[in-house]
Amino acid sequence: MSEQGLTVRLRQSSPIALDAEISCARGELLALVGPSGSGKTTLLKAIAGLLRVRSGLINCGDETWLDTDRAIHVSPQQRRVGVVFQQYALFPHLSALANVMEALHDVPAAERRARGLGWLERLHLRGLEHRKPAQLSGGQQQRVALARALARGPRVLLLDEPFSAVDRMTRLKLYEEVADLRRDLAMPVVMVTHDLDEALLLADRMSILSDGVILQSGLPFEVMTRPESPRVAGLLGHRNIFRAGVLEHLPQGGTTVIEWRGHRLRARLQSQFAVGRQVTWTIPRSHVVLVGRGTAGESGQENAVDGVVAQLVRLGENASIVVHVGGSDRPPVFLSVPMHVVRGHDIAPGAQVALRFLPEAIHLMPGDRDPSRRAHVRAMQTDNI
Amino acid sequence: MDWPALALSLELAALTMLILFPAGVWIGRALAWRRFRGKPLVEAVLALPLVLPPTVLGYYLLVAFGGTSPLGQLYERLIGQQLVFSFEGLLLASVLFNLPFAIQPMQRAFEAIPLEVHDAAACSGLSAWRILWRIELPLAWPGILSALVLTFAHTLGEFGVVLMVGGSIPGETKTIAISIYDRVQSFDMAGAGLMSATLLVISLAAITATFMTTQRPERLPRV
Repeated sequence: MSEQGLTVRLRQSSPIALDAEISCARGELLALVGPSGSGKTTLLKAIAGLLRVRSGLINCGDETWLDTDRAIHVSPQQRRVGVVFQQYALFPHLSALANVMEALHDVPAAERRARGLGWLERLHLRGLEHRKPAQLSGGQQQRVALARALARGPRVLLLDEPFSAVDRMTRLKLYEEVADLRRDLAMPVVMVTHDLDEALLLADRMSILSDGVILQSGLPFEVMTRPESPRVAGLLGHRNIFRAGVLEHLPQGGTTVIEWRGHRLRARLQSQFAVGRQVTWTIPRSHVVLVGRGTAGESGQENAVDGVVAQLVRLGENASIVVHVGGSDRPPVFLSVPMHVVRGHDIAPGAQVALRFLPEAIHLMPGDRDPSRRAHVRAMQTDNI
Repeated sequence: MDWPALALSLELAALTMLILFPAGVWIGRALAWRRFRGKPLVEAVLALPLVLPPTVLGYYLLVAFGGTSPLGQLYERLIGQQLVFSFEGLLLASVLFNLPFAIQPMQRAFEAIPLEVHDAAACSGLSAWRILWRIELPLAWPGILSALVLTFAHTLGEFGVVLMVGGSIPGETKTIAISIYDRVQSFDMAGAGLMSATLLVISLAAITATFMTTQRPERLPRV
């Protein structure tokens, strides 16, 4: 897939642990998502050549930028990468135009100015070319940084949390501009972000990074809804993570049946998990339905369970609800419902309610395979999941 | 007015400044960005002239430059004259005792340049020389300029080290600071006063000019 794109394989244990393999095709936007300190920026710096990695291979098109086995380490200057840094890193003593022209220093002097102006115009900065960075707003600085990064005609564009330092309105506008600009960009684009919504909005694919390790890569929506491990699920903000046993597979009905806290729950068919096996399962809070007050039996619906509302927090027109199922000593179920549903059913803390798990949204994952970790985790918390 | 002493002082100060400009940029930049074992010791040694009495520093330099020292002998063999009590010896001493005045402000100035700006320059394809010339020096310029002016003014006023290493040979090592002392010793208070005032005016003018050139223009409001 990445014949013409970027392939990266990096491994080192110190000073910063890295175990990452990513690829990004031409014209593709790959989002590297992970919490602070997960090694996202380190990975980006290694791709740019700003950081030396102990062991690794980086290819871009037909060029090798890094091959530690063959002692190849191409300098950042020769890699031709365009980088937009988190704080933009504009040259503060130079005007917007001079910032862009600096990246064009190997272009004949006669052309340089015209091309610099062309890039500024393309990024809607006309009339601001003589302003210094301190005289520009955050969004304008971001655009100058993008113009500077693109002016060189980079083989790869790297964006390090490019939207984190601007206000929400500016960010939404910049999203549109980047999406617009991307139609014309034929290079691989790697964007680091901690914002999942941003990744879902802009990325073609995303990789989840934690402690320097790529845990999962794939289509953003797929990664979001089908995490490969409880750890990824946790990093993606899933709160409903439980353990269950696989009871049977019903291929005709497209269903896998699991046993959870004494309930038979129907899930989307996931026959890769053997019958009898212990699994971890997750469901987005938006896919847990509040059937109403009363008991599951009364509702007569499948995948319905009884619970007691432990907490109800209003967040605008939605309510975040925490429900105990099978006792308050077990991890609760989290759900998010519109406020009119809360009002309609007269839901309040302490209320007896029936919940329903949408079968197609129940996603199974392996339990913890590592025995030492399993023992540790069990000791910590999971006995009662 | 001891014109030869004033001229000698100005020449010594200018040459010291000229030598410490590239040396200070190189060392200050290295100390700002590189991490290496023994860095605190190197920084401490470079800062010594700030805390040592000038006579102590002068004594060690006298011993190090003297005819019996390896450095003194080497110099004599190569140049055919002794290093101590010569203008060249005085210049070398002046460079050494001015090291902290030149390096420290320059180091601080380079430290203030964000690493990301440096990285951005490299990723924009700028060579190391172009980064130095187009990005680092302009950004560090206020620090570099004040370092050079401090060095200049400090050389004009240095007394103890100059006396120990240079002696007081008219036209060769007798600086204006020593001349002022001599005039006072011989009760020529008017002469001493005139020279002191000259030194005061030159130093004040140099420092004021630095403040004027390095003062940041008032920031325009963000748009």
